[in-house]
Amino acid sequence: MATSAETTSSESSAASAPAASAPAATRPTSDRLSVPKTYKLFIGGAFPRSESGRVTEVTDARGAFVANVAKASRKDARDAVRAARKAQPGWAGATAYNRGQVLYRIAEVLEGRSAQFVDELQRVEGLSAAQARRQVEDAIDLWVWHAGWTDKIAQIGGSANPVAGPYFNLSVPEPTGVVAIVAPQQQGLLGLTSVVAPALVTGNAVVVVPSAAAPLPAISLGEVLATSDLPGGVVNVLTGDPAELAPWLASHADVNALDLSGAGALDWVELEQLAADTLKRVIRPVPGIAPETPQRILALTETKTVWHTKSRL
Amino acid sequence: MTFLDYAPAPESTAILDLRPEYGLFIDGEWRAGGGEPFASVSPSTERQIAMFASADEGDVDAAVRAARAAFRDVWGPMSGRDRGKYLFRIARILQERARELAVAESLDNGKPIKETRDADVPLVAQWFFHCAGWADKLDWVGLGANPQPHGVAAQVIPWNFPLLMLAWKVAPALAAGNTVVLKPAETTPLTAMLFADVCEQAGLPAGVVNLVTGAGETGAALVRHPDVDKVAFTGSTAVGREIAKALAGTDKRLTLELGGKGANIVFDDAPLDQAIEGIVDGIFFNQGQVCCAGSRLLVQESVHDVVMERLKERMATLRVGDPLDKNTDVGAINSSAQLERITRLVETGIAEGGEAWSAPCELPSEGYWFAPTVVTGVEASSTIAREEIFGPVLSVLTFRTPDEAIAKANNTPYGLSAGIWSDKGSRVLAVADRLRAGVVWTNTFNKFDPASPFGGYKESGYGREGGRQGMQAYLKGGE
Repeated sequence: MATSAETTSSESSAASAPAASAPAATRPTSDRLSVPKTYKLFIGGAFPRSESGRVTEVTDARGAFVANVAKASRKDARDAVRAARKAQPGWAGATAYNRGQVLYRIAEVLEGRSAQFVDELQRVEGLSAAQARRQVEDAIDLWVWHAGWTDKIAQIGGSANPVAGPYFNLSVPEPTGVVAIVAPQQQGLLGLTSVVAPALVTGNAVVVVPSAAAPLPAISLGEVLATSDLPGGVVNVLTGDPAELAPWLASHADVNALDLSGAGALDWVELEQLAADTLKRVIRPVPGIAPETPQRILALTETKTVWHTKSRL
Repeated sequence: MTFLDYAPAPESTAILDLRPEYGLFIDGEWRAGGGEPFASVSPSTERQIAMFASADEGDVDAAVRAARAAFRDVWGPMSGRDRGKYLFRIARILQERARELAVAESLDNGKPIKETRDADVPLVAQWFFHCAGWADKLDWVGLGANPQPHGVAAQVIPWNFPLLMLAWKVAPALAAGNTVVLKPAETTPLTAMLFADVCEQAGLPAGVVNLVTGAGETGAALVRHPDVDKVAFTGSTAVGREIAKALAGTDKRLTLELGGKGANIVFDDAPLDQAIEGIVDGIFFNQGQVCCAGSRLLVQESVHDVVMERLKERMATLRVGDPLDKNTDVGAINSSAQLERITRLVETGIAEGGEAWSAPCELPSEGYWFAPTVVTGVEASSTIAREEIFGPVLSVLTFRTPDEAIAKANNTPYGLSAGIWSDKGSRVLAVADRLRAGVVWTNTFNKFDPASPFGGYKESGYGREGGRQGMQAYLKGGE
């Protein structure tokens, strides 16, 4: 497992890697000096640094420096919620076919960049190449599975209701709105996919706090999302300390649902209490990866029932 | 007499055979409560109907134990088919005793007999009949094969539809295989006591339905009881919030049906005759004491004047008075506390610039009454456009474009109901799509059916009651 230690280095010092550890993207097979990536937040379709100027040092399993990852603040969380709220109606208003194609596009782009994710997972999660490849492949397949749900879930969750009167009565599941998520702490890429994808199927927008220990795949996934025709702001990624960020999201009045899947190690009872102030829908912590079920997609929906009057002929 | 004057036509209370006092119904037996007994009064006369036991923590514990034992030994192991047959029996007995229940409900709640007779009680029987059929078909509610009940359900219901809310809670819970402990509202416990009698007539096994009367503390003790698996609450958003907090971190599942500030949107191409009736039904049905009431009228500017003129004309013909009179349209407010709240909010509305108009009607000297009232010139930021009044008071706002109507309709922390009045089908569908409300009525209002899921968005709560979705709330994996 990777370890992480907080630093408060300024932008300039963050840019120069410490001499004692190997630069992030060094390839032993080449003597070319590599160009390591700056891991920033993903908010509103852009990649800003944290407004707080803080970063967290991520190291590999042997304790060697890997990257300085932006450490999001309360202000970043609020910016992310604002971006999500702004983007949500457009995403929900897209046709189900369109949303399905975008989610499938994510799988396609992820597939093309799988080597990068395998590499990151090996380094930050200490996985073997085979284990890392397996996780990336599972994540890609999970995006494909969800892509196929967008134009079917309303038929599973909705209904035509035979009421005792002259009405055409229809119930459909609609997205609940803005969903704040604490992603599973294990299997950074797959865990993240298991909570973000089900929220996106019906048209929710997401603010997600990824695994604290292994945040690199989350930012790299942001790069995939940014190039997959997903509208900016539909997914916002806040790397940082879940214990610091989650209470702000749980108490934010413009968040509709709180998915605590990966919050088992936090004081999640307090988070659920905070969420009760605005009656957010809450998904309680689950061990490991969130289950792959249509119920999970429907848990982040609201059933709307419309009664249409039928006239007398 | 003018053509609008009606001779009194009171429904007789002779059909009732009430006891002077009622106990708690626990494990199939009537027993005294540990708390101080309380009276329920008729809101139209302020006269006492009967005394009711108050359940303390010990009584709540006894009720939960009885429900647990019945779940473990009788109701849980029973086949779905037999559970369903008990519920069908209950539905039939409710139909047989419909008149008695309607009279009792009018007496205790203050709502017109016309409503209890034609809406509340028929829906109660229909709810049990509908859910009865689900009991042996749970494989098809959408949760996979053989879904399991939660166990013991704690249910707390409000005073606005006492018996109907009991049916919404008890029928799906029992059909799914749960046993229940239900607390009726403090001001309207009567029909729940009659329902205990119905359960006995149906031969329902002891402990499957337990009824604990009392005030807020009784409800608080019930939802917090450690051996409760599922909590269902209908009532105020404030109490719903407290319950959600109290249940945080537990394994209990929760569904909440809370307040609302429903928008009733009238477009310039609305069928006006129907719209006027719908506006009246939306806000004066049950004296406006309805969580899904159409309490904000959003009327397109171009038809504002004609709508208001015709609405006032119609309101002037509403007959306010004796709930047991078969000609009564608007009955009594449920309690003095509620009347005080309505009065205070209307005063606030006027102080904030609204112009109030009340139907000219003579209010009885005894009891709790509020004349049907409409407040015009209300701003989106006004208190009476934001806070739930829960009374016969309509706040009127105007709009120019569909986008403005939608923005104003959604500009509330609530999201329970909405109405749309327009003869243009494509517009109705487009507007319904964009309203953030759990129930949308188009060219109608305040319609309910056990096959039709009901429940809110946002701070109006979560979970649905009615239909397949409503059944899921009482089964594992369905929340």
